[in-house]
Amino acid sequence: MTETVHNLLLGFSVALSPPVLLYAFVGCVVGTIVGVLPGVGPLAGISLLLPATFGLDATKAIVMLAGIYYGAMYGGSTTSILMRIPGEAASVMTCIDGYAMARKGRAGAALAIAAVGSYVAGTVSVVALMFLAPPLASFALRFGPPEYFALLILGLLVLAYMSSGSMVKALAMATLGLLLGMIGIDQMTGYFRFAYGVVELGDGIGVVPVAVGLFGLSEILATAGQETPPAVIKPTLRELLPSRQEWKDANWPIWRGTVLGFLIGIIPGSAHIISSFVSYAVERRLARRPEEFGQGAVAGVAGPESANNSATSGAFVPMLALGVPSGPIPAVMLAAMMVHGVSPGPLLIKQQPELFWGFIASMYVGNVVLLILNLPLVGVFVNLLRVPYPLLYPGILVFCILGVYAVNSSVVDVWIMLVMGLVGYLLRKLEFEPAPIVLGVILAPMIEMALRQSLAMSDGQYAIFLTRPIATTLLAVGVLLVLLSFKSLITHGFDWRERMAMAEKGEEL
Amino acid sequence: MGASRGLGAVGWSEWRHAAAILGTCAFAAIALERLGYRLTMAIALGFLIGVIERQGVFVTLTLAVALAAGSYLLFDTLLRVPLPRGPFGL
Repeated sequence: MTETVHNLLLGFSVALSPPVLLYAFVGCVVGTIVGVLPGVGPLAGISLLLPATFGLDATKAIVMLAGIYYGAMYGGSTTSILMRIPGEAASVMTCIDGYAMARKGRAGAALAIAAVGSYVAGTVSVVALMFLAPPLASFALRFGPPEYFALLILGLLVLAYMSSGSMVKALAMATLGLLLGMIGIDQMTGYFRFAYGVVELGDGIGVVPVAVGLFGLSEILATAGQETPPAVIKPTLRELLPSRQEWKDANWPIWRGTVLGFLIGIIPGSAHIISSFVSYAVERRLARRPEEFGQGAVAGVAGPESANNSATSGAFVPMLALGVPSGPIPAVMLAAMMVHGVSPGPLLIKQQPELFWGFIASMYVGNVVLLILNLPLVGVFVNLLRVPYPLLYPGILVFCILGVYAVNSSVVDVWIMLVMGLVGYLLRKLEFEPAPIVLGVILAPMIEMALRQSLAMSDGQYAIFLTRPIATTLLAVGVLLVLLSFKSLITHGFDWRERMAMAEKGEEL
Repeated sequence: MGASRGLGAVGWSEWRHAAAILGTCAFAAIALERLGYRLTMAIALGFLIGVIERQGVFVTLTLAVALAAGSYLLFDTLLRVPLPRGPFGL
């Protein structure tokens, strides 16, 4: 305990130094803009701005990227409430009751509750992250390649199980990602695989062009030709304060959302998206008057908004402690850290304490910054939405090309983005979720390395995965998940994913 | 479970825009290291805003030049991310 406090003081001494504070602030502002703008989610946002951090040292760069991540979470709720357009996928549930509140003239109150809920969730979950990550890291020091292999496979299976929609589709996408991740030089023998004579492909397909293509460019492709979005409901500052009753209604959902979000965040998968869905379903079930949901229930805003912010911190637990990304966004963050010469994993906390604790402390600071930034300045950010999309998207496109090119100064990456954009556009149209592709691309080299090291350890005996207790348990859980997904075939009942889809449409559960 | 919708039922009304945007990206990829960043982006922006979105000449020129030069200034000059220059030092 005293050690944690001591470390935290070290962290705050890093986070409160003026330059780091400045970059945290810049990250939060940029993140909020990214969250507000339609078509640029946190994933594309972080990928695009990665080159902008190249000139910085590792701590500042990571603090800024984390600021973008949770800033986007805040910003995404703004567009959901005011326009019924989720700025990013995790705000889908906020759209329902947030927009309903806005139409009843309570837009300001909904924004304030979302901001306060996000603040509480963000802060509490960082405390949890702080206490959970170091012990997990020291536990993970006992992990050998077989354990890592089992953990990574489990991660992909959980992601597939948790993603909304068909598990088969999600697994197909993850496999596509793994295949793309195979391209490049074989790490053990130095052999060029699937490069077809293109030298640049030797380094493999980068996660940035894939992420920007699938999430930035494809969104533009799908949106540009459509008619203009609905009008914005502009809140006045006077009505920003929620009434006493609204605070009371928001209190418990915020706490429940925080706990739920954090727990779901740790589990691999598109955590922040699922957590908001689950929180909405829980609040609706616990509500004394469930019929209010969809008509502007305060709990329907407070719960999911808290949950998705809390999941953001939860997702950092496996990333920082194990070096294993739990979803596409942590995957890009991981890639960003590697660019800056930091390799997250069990040894990070011991070897670079000022980076780890500075990062933790900057998350506390970032949450305060966002609260200050979002409440009074919400009107300013909303004005961004008045820029007509035909003028907006060419600008976003320029940043996509710039961001992707600048990572390696490579035109090949721009071509990869182009192809991925087309692939993402088609997949979106056919209701495939592209997120597992990104995770597959970054996990492929890790899984392959772990598998081949394991087999080297055992002289090629696959039994090594079944003789080590931790690895066996992890794999067994994975098998169980696959079996569980067959359940609805046998019982003919609704799978939980179908129930979520129905809840989203506002149908009775 | 149930079958998926047919390809035709998905709705492809925005395909013209999508094709134009992809074309612009391809142009940018080809031209970026030949014409330089600012010239490439100004042309790409001018095409998208002026030709595809049919905005006025003034709006198109202002936005194209301002965005191309502005993003270059921000990233290349201020953040020191090297971006390619073209034949005329642009």
